[in-house]
Amino acid sequence: MNVITVERKILEKNDEVARQNRERFAGEGTYVVNMVSSPGSGKTSIIERTLQYLKGRRRVAVIEGDVQTDLDAQRVARYDVPVVQIVTHGACHLEAPLVRDALERLDTNGIELLIIENVGNLVCPASYDLGEDVRVAILSTTEGDDKPLKYPKMFQTSSVLIINKVDLIPHVACSLELLRTNALRINPDLRIFELSCTTGAGVADWCAWIEQSLQTRR
Amino acid sequence: MHEASIAQGIIDMVRQHTRGCETRAIRSVRASVGECSGVLADSLRFCFEAMTAETDLAHVRLDIEDVPFIINCNDCGETAHNPNGFMVCPRCGATDTVVLSGNELHVTEIELAEEAAV
Repeated sequence: MNVITVERKILEKNDEVARQNRERFAGEGTYVVNMVSSPGSGKTSIIERTLQYLKGRRRVAVIEGDVQTDLDAQRVARYDVPVVQIVTHGACHLEAPLVRDALERLDTNGIELLIIENVGNLVCPASYDLGEDVRVAILSTTEGDDKPLKYPKMFQTSSVLIINKVDLIPHVACSLELLRTNALRINPDLRIFELSCTTGAGVADWCAWIEQSLQTRR
Repeated sequence: MHEASIAQGIIDMVRQHTRGCETRAIRSVRASVGECSGVLADSLRFCFEAMTAETDLAHVRLDIEDVPFIINCNDCGETAHNPNGFMVCPRCGATDTVVLSGNELHVTEIELAEEAAV
């Protein structure tokens, strides 16, 4: 039999562009957060809360990823930060080249923090490195405490988990304790924040952590 | 459903590694897909077939090797198959574990007809 040995990662093209993105961000001193979650868990709301909190303290820019519309970019633009919308026209995740191309439409000069909001999907974005410093998974209490077990890859590849909508705990069948246990079974190193965009609880803790992380970049 | 972009990655890799040989000489491409790679083998196969159909690669077979998710416990030394992607040692409950396999998404080899020159 005539065999060509290949032994290469199928996503090597994406990983190569991700590496270039990472190098560029490091060179510019920009700390990059990739926010991943299912649709409706509160990614955009958390970004809005974060922008509110960091306003006047940190220079922040945002890349929004959605299958269709620029509704999220419009929401974020109200906070007077540079924002660019990637519309994937059906694709279920962002890839590193899309981020690279979006950077051409975004002035990142002097930006300390770049937040990338991925397409709402708890499966596919897990496989694509964008060149971020940290991947932050968001899970809201209305989704249920079993999700880390059902979508392990997303929680395995993230370093931070934000449990959002904790104000709804009295009304939903979700145990915070069990959610934490399940998430840590998948990834024992996860850093977990509990947050509510409605009441503002936990926003300060999350933002303090972000600001601390920015120090590593300076 | 990102299997289409994974399938495209495989097709690109096949083309890249078989330059200089006739595509009809390519018999199959072998990929290892980890249990926790986030990719469904059936769906990947479907995408590969759909995307090669009516092209010069239509005859090429995609062989998928399923790789189990195996962890090794740094505490008790246990090596265990955790099909659910748990990082917890099933023997002693420790969380200080390392993944030995099950996350891969690789093209491992391409098989050509005997007479094909590369």
